[in-house]
Amino acid sequence: MDIPSLKNTTEIKLSDLREKQTGRIVRIGGQGHLRRRLLEMGLIKGTRVYVEKYAPLKDPIELIIKGYHVSLRVEEAAQVILDEVRQELTDGS
Amino acid sequence: MGPKQIRIALAGNPNSGKTTIFNSITGTRQKVGNWPGVTVEKKEGSIHKFGCHLKIIDLPGTYSLTPFSIEEIVARNFVLEEHPDVVIVIIDASNLERSLYLATQIRELDCKVIYALNMQDVARSRGIKIDADKMSQLLDVPVVFTVGNKNEGVDILLEKAIELAESDIELPRTRRVKYSKDIEKCIENFKTYLEKTIGDNLSYNPRWIAIKLLEDDKILKDRVIEKTGDKGSEILEQARIHRSHIRNIFDDDPEITFTDERYGFIAGIVKEVMTTSTMQRIDISRNIDMVLTNRFLGFPIFIFFIWAMFQLTFTLGAYPMEWIETGIGMLSGFMGARLPDSILKDLLIDGIIAGVGSVIIFLPNILILFFCIAIFEDTGYMSRAAFLMDKIMHLIGLHGKSFIPMLMGFGCNVPAIMAARTLESEKDRILTILITPFMSCSARLPIYIVLAGTFFPKSAGTVIFSIYLAGIVLSILTGRLFRSTLLRGMDAPFVMELPPYRIPMLKSLMIHMWDRSKMFLKKMGGIILIGSVIIWTLSSFPQNIEYSADYTAKMKAAKQTLEEQTTLVQEDELRELTQEYEKETNDLKRKLRTETTEKSYIGHIGRFMAPFFAPIGIDWRGSVALLTGFVAKEIVVSTMGVLYAVEDNEADALKHALRESGMTPLSALGMMFFVLLYVPCLATIATIRKETQSWQWALFSVAYSTLLAWGVAFAIYQGGMLLGFGIA
Repeated sequence: MDIPSLKNTTEIKLSDLREKQTGRIVRIGGQGHLRRRLLEMGLIKGTRVYVEKYAPLKDPIELIIKGYHVSLRVEEAAQVILDEVRQELTDGS
Repeated sequence: MGPKQIRIALAGNPNSGKTTIFNSITGTRQKVGNWPGVTVEKKEGSIHKFGCHLKIIDLPGTYSLTPFSIEEIVARNFVLEEHPDVVIVIIDASNLERSLYLATQIRELDCKVIYALNMQDVARSRGIKIDADKMSQLLDVPVVFTVGNKNEGVDILLEKAIELAESDIELPRTRRVKYSKDIEKCIENFKTYLEKTIGDNLSYNPRWIAIKLLEDDKILKDRVIEKTGDKGSEILEQARIHRSHIRNIFDDDPEITFTDERYGFIAGIVKEVMTTSTMQRIDISRNIDMVLTNRFLGFPIFIFFIWAMFQLTFTLGAYPMEWIETGIGMLSGFMGARLPDSILKDLLIDGIIAGVGSVIIFLPNILILFFCIAIFEDTGYMSRAAFLMDKIMHLIGLHGKSFIPMLMGFGCNVPAIMAARTLESEKDRILTILITPFMSCSARLPIYIVLAGTFFPKSAGTVIFSIYLAGIVLSILTGRLFRSTLLRGMDAPFVMELPPYRIPMLKSLMIHMWDRSKMFLKKMGGIILIGSVIIWTLSSFPQNIEYSADYTAKMKAAKQTLEEQTTLVQEDELRELTQEYEKETNDLKRKLRTETTEKSYIGHIGRFMAPFFAPIGIDWRGSVALLTGFVAKEIVVSTMGVLYAVEDNEADALKHALRESGMTPLSALGMMFFVLLYVPCLATIATIRKETQSWQWALFSVAYSTLLAWGVAFAIYQGGMLLGFGIA
């Protein structure tokens, strides 16, 4: 598996991130209810997301965003496009 | 005129501490019900304070007011249509940005608003400082600090709310979210247009209508059509033009742009009022989750918690159950001794006390189960359970949270179906409710034990286990079937907050537990009462049956013979004779009981239903037993006992009689599957009706499960016959 390099401007899906990585939201894909809900929960352009962990069965994902914890299914996270992905060593928020 | 009445609505995110504040204001003087027409819980409380009569309405916890979920629609409609005097928005101070998203939307609704910055202590411990005065000034809304679970600031909040309600300040028309220039221009244009075309027809703030129509708000669109008639389509056409204008500028759907801009506005406010010190904080919640949702430990711990819950419910619950059983026995014994023999007495003892008693006996289980669930919910563990289980549940097309109701179904379906309330999406809720009855509840177990023990003595355990497993498999298949037909549509987004762990407050746990149990008692009491009376009537009428023999005379004769001989014989012989006499009378009593049931209305119904059950290998006696099982599965074994002419409490005798009756292992297997799948009990039907708010769903569930039960039993019996398993 290729690890995204530390300074990355290429876009990557949130669902491709590993634990303890963060990225900056570029845009939210998908449509309708899901897209709106993601935005309302604060997943908006420019916000940093930290991948806290994957559930034991690899789905869903736990994220930290705007200082709170939220979980998304992997298929939902695939709609969130990030850049500036990097490994975070201390804290996600 | 009495004291002034003020209606205060509480709004806020889930997990914002809204319920804690509600509980701390109203205490136990709460009324829990449903919002009209939907299954969203409605809580109200009334108190007297500061010389006013305050009515507090707890709105459903939501993250936004877009009309996607029922909770959001309910909350929004209440503010728009019922015009509460004041709306208090509970803001989680440790989660300011996201909380403000809802808060600013409510502020746009043109009502008197106060913000309560709750959980200030948590925020402070995280190094977050909020300048309330500045926030109040910037947003033009009174802001009060509260710590709900320590009751701090709640009085000040109420005082401010009353003050605001009584003030007759014109609502500041200027306060609003400031959008970017292009959007503001668009809103302004559209608003002017709307003011010209509809005027005051909709009684909402025109700016708000403009914004919502630009966001393509479905409910408001319908309302515009309804209220403005012919002009409606013209207005919507204008909205469409404005929308495409915005879409052209921002290259995205206008509702997305609006959400973005609202968060932009909020970010500006947060920057001005909040300061975060960079102290290294220890996040206890995160540490707990290192263990509880750990890759390796998560599931074992989860299974342990569930196991502990069941143990507590069914072993601890067994003691009070016994007391209640004894109590009911004493009550009916007392009544039996005191009341003169009459139909009324039979109705009271055999119908009402026995019927209602058979349900009340579950109260301890339900109290304990709901107490455990309340702990799961109030600590925040429930969302972790959903996090762990979602992958598995998603395979059935369900949400992770559906797991709890389904699991509880193995105990008792009634509280299990009620637990489906914790699901946010209505589709998930209905689907969960429809498949939960396939979880084999504890009342069905005695039937399996009798049948499997009789016909599969060597492999009873395996057979019973397979039946449980079949229930799970059929629930999965049913889930998938309904998901792709009746309850089709996109899965609701999973997007779920994992709130910080909290120590639950005993008071709130008790309120939680009692609310639900009260509902159980009230509704089930009524339905079960009626059901028991009906079953009793059917099985004890007609009263003047023509018996094939005069049992009473025979019994009298036997007694007389015994009495006559008492004086004549030796002591040894007497004992023998007495035993013989007892045997004879018991035999007569049994025959009498059997014949009474056979010739009662329910016996007639059973015979009438027999052709329906014949293809699945069940005779008329089995049919009657299954029929009484509609009321409660507890009755099935005892009915079989009566019909197959067995003396009380003799399990082996029933086994013997069953084998004699011509039932084969194959038909017994069919019957067990029938018991597994058809309607669990009357109380379950009543609960489904209550929780789905519709008789249609309740009847659908009855019809579907009965048909499925019949189909499966038919396949087993006829298939088995074809394969040559039919011989006993």
